[in-house]
Amino acid sequence: DQEPPNVPGFRSWRAVYVFVLLAFAAMVAALAVFSRYYA
Amino acid sequence: MNALDWIVLLGTMLGIAAYGTWATRRTNSLNTYLKGNHSTGWFTIGLSVAATQASTITYLSLPGQAYENGIAFIQNYFGLPLALVIVCAVFLPIYRRLGVYTAYEYLGKRFDTKTRLLGAGIFLLQRGVQGGITIYAPSIILCTVLGWRLDLTILFTGLLVIVYTVTGGSAAVSLTQKWQMAVIFGGMITAFVTLLVKLPPDAAHIAGAMGKLQAVDFDLNFDKRYTFWSGLLGGLFLSLSYFGTDQSQVQRYIGGAALREGRLGLMFNAVFKIPMQFFIVLLGALLFVFYQFQPNTPVFFNRTEWQRHAEGPHGAVLKEIEVKHARLHGEKQEKIRAWVAARETGDAAAEAKAKAELAAAQKASDAVRKEARDALLKIDPRAKVKDSDYVFISFILSQLPHGAIGLLIAVMFASALSSKAGELNALGTASTIDLWRVFRPQAAPDETQNVKIAKWFTAFWGLFAIGFALFASFAENLIEALNIIASIFYPIVLGLFVVAFFCKWVRGTAVFLAALAALGVIAALYFVGQADPSRNIGYLWYNPIGCAVCVAVSIVLQAVFNLRSGPPAAASASV
Repeated sequence: DQEPPNVPGFRSWRAVYVFVLLAFAAMVAALAVFSRYYA
Repeated sequence: MNALDWIVLLGTMLGIAAYGTWATRRTNSLNTYLKGNHSTGWFTIGLSVAATQASTITYLSLPGQAYENGIAFIQNYFGLPLALVIVCAVFLPIYRRLGVYTAYEYLGKRFDTKTRLLGAGIFLLQRGVQGGITIYAPSIILCTVLGWRLDLTILFTGLLVIVYTVTGGSAAVSLTQKWQMAVIFGGMITAFVTLLVKLPPDAAHIAGAMGKLQAVDFDLNFDKRYTFWSGLLGGLFLSLSYFGTDQSQVQRYIGGAALREGRLGLMFNAVFKIPMQFFIVLLGALLFVFYQFQPNTPVFFNRTEWQRHAEGPHGAVLKEIEVKHARLHGEKQEKIRAWVAARETGDAAAEAKAKAELAAAQKASDAVRKEARDALLKIDPRAKVKDSDYVFISFILSQLPHGAIGLLIAVMFASALSSKAGELNALGTASTIDLWRVFRPQAAPDETQNVKIAKWFTAFWGLFAIGFALFASFAENLIEALNIIASIFYPIVLGLFVVAFFCKWVRGTAVFLAALAALGVIAALYFVGQADPSRNIGYLWYNPIGCAVCVAVSIVLQAVFNLRSGPPAAASASV
């Protein structure tokens, strides 16, 4: 059917999805810090 | 604009369109025409997805919105990464496995023809109506400030996009979008750097002190327009609906060399979209600071509209408002300088006091801008009072060097062409696959005939958009009514797909009736909100509500009445 992503550092698509969601969480955290710093 | 600007503008627009037309002129396979080249990689797919989503409004109006209300709008994109992960994991593998050309073709395989036609019909209504607005909205703004003829601008833009989209289909759309995105990035970075050079050293702190840099708000108050929660939940459903079920997006990632390319293209957008939008809204917030230090910052940015009334019999009223605004603007500059000085002393109490005075000065300035809009509406109830759309273009025309002005105008047209091309391509495909082939099934095997029909449908929708845009300035109420109807229909489509993917036992008639029930609920919510603004829920909530009603009602109908339609449960389980 299940083909691996063939992206260095990622063994499965699940790992890619987790990475993307962690990147999103990091962006929100960075924006929250940005807002607080310039408030 | 001078000769150099025209060379840059026409060179980029015509050059990209001519290249796209020439490179894809031999496209005669239906698969390539509707899905693009088999060799398309993830980066092209990713850029194509981004280019289709971002129209001129993104680059022209979003900076103006940030100028007015700060960068909180970025929270609307917080649901997008999670939505794209779901599309990658659930939607895309099924579309690829079944080899469908459109998302609605899948509905036909999973349910029945009437559900397929409902999904395709809603898409054609929504995108058909919006197609005209995609051309009209930027044209009216650019023609107002540049003094061009609106009808010729609409005709030129519309015909240009028809030529290459009809010639090369999806392959031409992806190819031109890649180069148009290069122009867009080049232009926006040029504008951003020019703005940075002209800003005072404390610009970001000034923007922050004036409340323009509040990007994230975790408040659970649902009456607030932009919060983390409304962006995450409302944005998730809106993005799922748009990326997962709207053919203008599905068509961008459904082709490609392999499933991997489509997935990586979508994941590229999941990571890239929020930083890109942040860059655009930050530009708007910094434009706000720039205009705080300009001596002649206008009280109303659509100068053409303002001058038209200022030279009329009510000119004295508007002149009085301008004088008041100039006085308050000068006072506000003093308050900003006082706050910067207090901040440098490190005295927290003095800084807090100066900040409170600055906030009061900003409030007074905002009140005069509102007074200006109210005065215009009193003079002419049809006056265009949304002047935030004119903030960025005013900066471009007054502050950028020649050549860069042409490049930024090219950005506005490139974004209109790229999103319009994606829409046209999808409208032509859905019309061919979900209407023509449904009613003429015997014609399906004739590939040459199918490509020809797809080209005719694409041209038809292009001409429809041009006619709609030309007609828009004469019938704004009708256009608005059609847009409202399309917005009420749109939220139920996601419900059809959620039932299709996750409720394998539900069949066609149940989900069709449930979709109509959800439509009734959304229409009722809309009209209750119109009658009583205190009960108006934001448009972001229509998608989760429409989807939830559709899923719940379809499950109940199937369980209670055991409605039979569409493929038997065993067959539908495989799709």
